[in-house]
Amino acid sequence: MSETRSGGLVGWIDDRFPLTKMWREHVSEYYAPKNFNFWYYFGSLALLTLVIQVVSGIFLTMNYIPSGDRAFESVEYIMRDVEWGWLIRYIHTTGASAFFVVVYLHMFRALMYGSYQKPRELLWIFGCLIFVLLMAEAFMGYMLPWGQMSYWGGQVIISLFGAIPVIGPDLALWIRGDYVISEATLNRFFALHVVAVPLVIIFLVVAHILALHEVGSNNPDGIDIKKNKDANGIPKDGIPFHPYYTVKDLIGVGVYFILFSVVVFYIPDFWGMFIEHPNFEEANPQVTPDHIAPVWYFAAYYAILRAIPDTFGGVLAMGLAVMILFVLPWLDRGKVRSIRYRGLSFKIALGIFAVGFMLLTYLGTQPATGLNTMLSRLGTVIYFGYFIFLFVYTAFGLERTKPVPERVTS
Amino acid sequence: MKKLMLMLTLVLMPLTAWGAVESRMSVDVDPNDKPSLQRGAKLFANYCMACHEASLIRYNRIGQDLGIDDDLVEQYLIFKPETQIQEQMTNAMSESDAENWFGVPAPDLSLTARRHGPDYIYTFLNRFYVDEGTITGFNNTVIGGTAMPHVLETLQGRQHPVYEERDGEDVLVGFEVEEGTGTMDESEYRQATRDLTNFLDYVAEPIKAERQRLGVWVLLFFGVFTVLAYFLKKEYWKDVH
Repeated sequence: MSETRSGGLVGWIDDRFPLTKMWREHVSEYYAPKNFNFWYYFGSLALLTLVIQVVSGIFLTMNYIPSGDRAFESVEYIMRDVEWGWLIRYIHTTGASAFFVVVYLHMFRALMYGSYQKPRELLWIFGCLIFVLLMAEAFMGYMLPWGQMSYWGGQVIISLFGAIPVIGPDLALWIRGDYVISEATLNRFFALHVVAVPLVIIFLVVAHILALHEVGSNNPDGIDIKKNKDANGIPKDGIPFHPYYTVKDLIGVGVYFILFSVVVFYIPDFWGMFIEHPNFEEANPQVTPDHIAPVWYFAAYYAILRAIPDTFGGVLAMGLAVMILFVLPWLDRGKVRSIRYRGLSFKIALGIFAVGFMLLTYLGTQPATGLNTMLSRLGTVIYFGYFIFLFVYTAFGLERTKPVPERVTS
Repeated sequence: MKKLMLMLTLVLMPLTAWGAVESRMSVDVDPNDKPSLQRGAKLFANYCMACHEASLIRYNRIGQDLGIDDDLVEQYLIFKPETQIQEQMTNAMSESDAENWFGVPAPDLSLTARRHGPDYIYTFLNRFYVDEGTITGFNNTVIGGTAMPHVLETLQGRQHPVYEERDGEDVLVGFEVEEGTGTMDESEYRQATRDLTNFLDYVAEPIKAERQRLGVWVLLFFGVFTVLAYFLKKEYWKDVH
């Protein structure tokens, strides 16, 4: 089949570049399990959001000025004097938060259905790397409007590097390029946000998809569909990604755009969560805001940071909280992938983990009162506890799984 | 139902500091209320712009958005000589003069409504009260010891705080305006300050009315898109069992 060449332009290209071959391999003859559910929309939506952010970002870059005395003003100039500038900017600010919503749900899907387990470890690691880079990208992007929260949020996060023993102070200085956050910092963050980090993210997304297509998609039953093939070598439970999942994902795209548009057109600052109110005041190194709160998508990790009394300890805990995701495939020794056939304790643990993560997210945006700090510690214990539990539960054979069916269930 | 509400109110009342004035008044801003925005623009140009600026908005933009002809904008809103209509709403007061006269420069009000919210502005404008201990003769409940004089005094009149003793403490329970000191009665003054707040809310985000208008069409489009996508998927998936 792959030997037949069509004529015309496509044929001409195919003789010189594997266009049709790639299309078949990754789209029209990529066989995905037919039992994808709601949770499987978020991969394609994450890719869509990346495109939205890159395109809207390019247009913002045309009008934004990364200088200490004009950055803030230039953002308002985009909002007021640039044709459709307000729409482009709101799409970009909404897209930043939407990215994390989609990615968090995408990651949770992987936790539920064991999509990180063998043979998808590398696929999962590429995903974790994308997550880390996305955080860096969002953090540096948040500094660019040069409002009070941009400035002081940056101050807080960069000073964390200063808490590292021995090299800390010099490291923080090296990151800032100055003794305080200044135009030098703004300029390098602009360069990293606009060129370096997106470039690496795009590269990793390609690697993520290639790894996925190499091992094949997991599914809500956690069954390997390649074990059951028909005479043509096509998985019996597989359907071509195109047109089946391309049209199905269109529904997800439609619903996503509806929710996205509600935010862009009616609640662009999302009650101070997507665009924080203090950020409507220009950065002022002389005036510290009463309450420096991270944007919601960093809040869980910020709460973990604050839960530890010692600053360096907090930094370690926060770093560890992200790093532990990378080794998850080796912590979970479970015999089955999907939550559907796993032990009851796993289901309860994952539920508590999800609630704990949301609790931490809430606490990270709140002032650190006595009660909030205690709750943050509880949340931190839950967060790390999940991984420890999972290892003990599966490595010592405590999990009692249900029988996994031969074929996918609908 | 009414009885129930009354009962609930009476039961819950003692939980709040009874009768004490609320710390934040609430205002309903409406970017589509053009008469209100026009009155607010006039008040802003006449009363606020002696000291404050709204340097992020242009005069002709206000004209276009609020439906005011250019010559009317020039007549009623522009007071600084030789100002072109496409220029921003800046004033003639230098920062150093402001610092000499008031101790602090008057803040630019372009984004105040987005920074602090419209309720903050509205409450601030309504809560100047006579306090002979201050330089300007007025104090404010929102920003205690504010350097800003009560510029709208001629409209509102001289407002005095009313205290009542509760459990050995003086509690602020309301305000009283000296008879005949202002040209507006209470509801007129509230209307005027609402207009001014509405205008500042508009200035903070001039596109608000337009984006809300446009949003309906965008949502309709994606609504139809999603319905079509749903049926397309159903059609394609007929043979998947």
